[in-house]
Amino acid sequence: MALSLQHASKSFGAVKALQDVTLDLYAGEAHALVGENGAGKSTLVKILAGVYQPDTGRLLASDSDELVLAGPAAAIAAGIAIIYQEPTLFPDLSVAENVFVGRQPLRRARLINRRAMNARVNEIFERLGVTIDPDRVARGLSIAEQQLVEIAKALSIDAKVIVMDEPTAALSAAEVDRLANVITALRDHGAAVLFISHRLEEVFRLCQRVTVLRDGRWVLSQGTDSLTVDDLVRAMVGRDLAERTYEPHTRGEPLLRVERLTREGVFTDVSFDISAGEVLALAGMVGSGRSEVARAIFGIDRYDAGTVVLDGKALRRASPSAAMAAGIGFVPEDRRQQGLVMGMGIGRNIALASLRRLRHLGLLLPGVEQRFAADWAARLQLKYRRLSDPATSLSGGNQQKVVLAKWLSRQPELLIVDEPTRGIDVGTKAEVHRLLVSLAREGIAVLAISSELPEVLAIADRVAVMREGRLVGVLDRDEATEEQIVAMATGQAAPAGLLKATAL
Amino acid sequence: MEPDTQLSSVASALAGSDGAPGAGPEPLRGRRIGGTLSPLLRWETGLVVLLIGVVIFGLDTSSAFTSDSYLFSQVLGGQVGEIALMTLPMALIIITGEIDLSVASTAGMASSLMGYLFMHHWSIALIFVTVLAMGAVAGAFNGFLVTRVGLPSLAVTIGTLTLYRGIAIGILGANTYSTFPTFWTNIGVNPVPGLPFMSWAFLIFLVMAALVGIVLHMTPLGRTLFAIGANREAAQFAGIRVKRTKFMLYTFSGVVCAFVGILLTFRLNTAVSNNAYGLELTVVATALLGGISIFGGKGTIVGVLLANLVFAGIEGALYLTTGFNESAFPIVTGGLLLASVLIPNFPELRRRAREAVHRRRRLHGAAPSVEQGVSR
Amino acid sequence: MSTAATAETQPREEPTNQTRFVDLALRARTFGIVGVLGLVVLVTTSIQSRFLSSNDVQFILSGAAIYAVMAVGEAMVIVTRNVDLSVGSVAGLSAFVCAGLFHELPGIPTVAVFAIGALLGGGCGLITGLLSAICRIPSLVVTLAMLWIVRSVDVLLVGGAQVTAGQVPRSFLLIFYDTIPGIGVPDIAVGAAVLAVAVYFYMSSFRSGRDLYAIGSDPDAARLAGIPIAKRITTAFVMSGALAGIAGVLYASQIGTIDSTAATGYELQVIASVVIGGVAIFGGSGNVIGAALGALLLGTITSALYTLGVNQNWDEAFQGLLIILAITLDRGIQAQLASALRRRRVRLGA
Repeated sequence: MALSLQHASKSFGAVKALQDVTLDLYAGEAHALVGENGAGKSTLVKILAGVYQPDTGRLLASDSDELVLAGPAAAIAAGIAIIYQEPTLFPDLSVAENVFVGRQPLRRARLINRRAMNARVNEIFERLGVTIDPDRVARGLSIAEQQLVEIAKALSIDAKVIVMDEPTAALSAAEVDRLANVITALRDHGAAVLFISHRLEEVFRLCQRVTVLRDGRWVLSQGTDSLTVDDLVRAMVGRDLAERTYEPHTRGEPLLRVERLTREGVFTDVSFDISAGEVLALAGMVGSGRSEVARAIFGIDRYDAGTVVLDGKALRRASPSAAMAAGIGFVPEDRRQQGLVMGMGIGRNIALASLRRLRHLGLLLPGVEQRFAADWAARLQLKYRRLSDPATSLSGGNQQKVVLAKWLSRQPELLIVDEPTRGIDVGTKAEVHRLLVSLAREGIAVLAISSELPEVLAIADRVAVMREGRLVGVLDRDEATEEQIVAMATGQAAPAGLLKATAL
Repeated sequence: MEPDTQLSSVASALAGSDGAPGAGPEPLRGRRIGGTLSPLLRWETGLVVLLIGVVIFGLDTSSAFTSDSYLFSQVLGGQVGEIALMTLPMALIIITGEIDLSVASTAGMASSLMGYLFMHHWSIALIFVTVLAMGAVAGAFNGFLVTRVGLPSLAVTIGTLTLYRGIAIGILGANTYSTFPTFWTNIGVNPVPGLPFMSWAFLIFLVMAALVGIVLHMTPLGRTLFAIGANREAAQFAGIRVKRTKFMLYTFSGVVCAFVGILLTFRLNTAVSNNAYGLELTVVATALLGGISIFGGKGTIVGVLLANLVFAGIEGALYLTTGFNESAFPIVTGGLLLASVLIPNFPELRRRAREAVHRRRRLHGAAPSVEQGVSR
Repeated sequence: MSTAATAETQPREEPTNQTRFVDLALRARTFGIVGVLGLVVLVTTSIQSRFLSSNDVQFILSGAAIYAVMAVGEAMVIVTRNVDLSVGSVAGLSAFVCAGLFHELPGIPTVAVFAIGALLGGGCGLITGLLSAICRIPSLVVTLAMLWIVRSVDVLLVGGAQVTAGQVPRSFLLIFYDTIPGIGVPDIAVGAAVLAVAVYFYMSSFRSGRDLYAIGSDPDAARLAGIPIAKRITTAFVMSGALAGIAGVLYASQIGTIDSTAATGYELQVIASVVIGGVAIFGGSGNVIGAALGALLLGTITSALYTLGVNQNWDEAFQGLLIILAITLDRGIQAQLASALRRRRVRLGA
């Protein structure tokens, strides 16, 4: 056994984040940790990272010695490496320095030994099958590359326990495969891997055991070969969840027409249309340009050529306010950084895009925003304490509802949503899917970008697939299958066996 | 200006300022972003208490403290009104997460230009228009560099601070001009008729403060300022035109500072190239004391108004105190500034200290434990 | 798996080319100052050939040395994403105290005076550092308050008095003007250069030096990596204060007559030097050699303008333009870099 967290509890004031949770990690094994948002996963990770100290319970190392982690440096010294969802590299330092930050190898007189440092990093990269120059500055690396540097960092401290928090959220299928190989290599090396993910298919593919947390308590720990996805979902939610979101409905006239949209180096010649009352999903691998196209339509990014026509009128480019005035709403990919003003109150966030309409003689009279926000919060069944609480006080799913409320309260004709349910628990996920489909039923056009194929198939009327900046094709609902989408997204009509390996 | 990614929430958890994710106990500071009035009144209440304390102290020192003539000459007259006027656009700029260190230099440049144009016998109306236009251009230049070229405002305004002061020196050189029409200099020197304790500059400040306050706290524009300061990207994604707003704020600041330059010149009846030298730091300090968070996204105009009164009151009271060396006055303001930023942090600091002790206790309590840090 | 395979069989060429491109751009910045310096000297000498007379060069070098010493300390602070506005006041206080020491204790060795200046400045820096790092007050606010407080202490100490040139030993006054025999380079300029190189060496080859860059590059990540942030930041401020203290002693040697206005406003020129020298105001990049060269460039331009007969009244305006130019240039380089890297990444299909 590599690490054992026993009967750990942690409370923050009145909130019991973890209650009597036990987790055993074994060397050479990949162990998944699943649970809805608020289940306690990130608190557990922070305890392992040395950021929090448990109120009760102990952490035991492999030799049964108790570990008391006074801080992150202690966790590192104990051989526990955490790879966070958002990369923690220093953009101005070199890759090698990032791997060895604070622990650079020394030569005489305590001077940093650059050559030895680069050599060690090259060694590790070779083991991982990676080609990044250790001397280059970290600024400009892709997310996947940054993750690999983090993994190299973990290997460089000879970590016994490697914790990965939602590592595949921003990776393409090829990069997920590479990560899978890396995890196998880590296991062969004797490390224990703790793998936190919302993607249950990946849990079964990559891990040997899984632990489920719910509401801060331990629910089960079992081998993945003795469970099904439904078992997991039931354990996480406490009830059966059938995804039965799609309902057939009629499409209206084409509302948005995108023609030959081009932005040099990002996307080329993208043309499609969306009708009122339709959900068009935009699928493809990460980096295929989907979010960029959406942002260009909404005006956050500019484009070099092509036209966007809404309701028969050409839309001015690079102007979000023009897009909003024309009736477009945009729920961005990054909820915390782009969708919400986190420190601001829930009510103010909801009202933020509608301020002008709430004016009376140029002024915002007291209470107007609150009433408006309360109305929409109720409609979306938002769970909150007070409207003046900051948005940080909400769970991921409820935060997403705030963003949706912000846009739906403008009654848009076209709603663009980028990764509508990323990082959201299963229960709220289904709610959001139902919401999107019902919007279409009411006549709104929905452009949904998603990397989760089950989601795409659950809600879409048509599926547009992009690859490397180009639109490869548009599938009708009855033609769309996971294999077909992946084939188009990776640019190959490959043999069936190969497809199974790359399908999520 | 602080991004709230998962990473920074971990980092701040380590720093001790976070609660459980998703559960969110009441933020200790009790102040919310966005200018909601009720929790922020805690800060303003503190300022009111401080102000009352200052007045009592002043009266205790000398009953002449609240006399019309003393108030006018030491508290609400003199430089106070001019500094106060500059704190208004400064507060707005800091709320949006930027800063403008060129305010005093712009006022100085305006003063220089005034002297120069007077020397060349331009008509007064034309002079006013030209000087204000120059202020607008100066502010717009700042705005252009910050929004279009995308430069950090601290560095840029250090540059324009130097540039505008340099232009002021270039225009007048070592000359001074001191024969302004008495009509205008009287306005600078005499109190407002009917309000013998208040200068015109301060009255104008009060009016402007009311207007700016209404805009900031009760209009969509004001809300967008708070949003921009709290999270620029999210504001953009909500359709707020961040660049245009900041550009307009800087231009506004330039015009106000030029106006201040005019007022200052009339009060002193002198145009000289080092007018308003070094005042920018006082303006920033006053805004910060008034509760405008240096990180952006928080603050009220009421607080700024009170802070101006507090600073002026303290200076006036200390001036009356026999045995108090005026040269020590900056120590008082410096200390006040530090206190104003330290006090909100107190509960946090105490918590972190407690946690550090707790950690050390656990460390020594359990056997064998892993010591913090790798050998360096 | 063909997509993945293709990505891996990319020859190592690409990454190395990328590296070279990025590093070149960053290194060019430091050398760029030398280039601009050379350009200024060239242009001025061609117009007014007496520009490089040995007197002028000595004058420029020794004048710039004071700013360079302060710029090295300031750069250390700015690299950590902080700023120290109090350096002028600290230098002024040190100037008065140290000059006064000669007056009170006539036999005191000069080295001791320098040491006291450094200690005094370091002490101020310690207070600033502790308030900044431990109490988590933004450095802009702390050093603003210290600027006032220290200057105020200085004024109170000085009273109405002043230390005149006649009250300090002649040997002390000559420190500023002494040159290396034969070469004619001022001692203090050499000292400043040695200091800059030494600190550069520290910041590039020692763990604690690299930590400063890490803190400025990403403070959150630095905390998570276990870097002792409070200790490092306090050290940077202590260095900045100590060097300001030393600069104050040099100032006293240069000016001779010290009152309470000594070194007023120096902080702006120091920060300007640092920024012109390629240190990003948000920290994480740049080096102290660039900062020292920035001080030299500012001094050279001032002299060049004087030699060319440009009205001295416009000196400060030129300085302001230079600052803006330098920041704009840095931004331009950064933007080019970012778009170039983006284009390469898309082509590789990452």
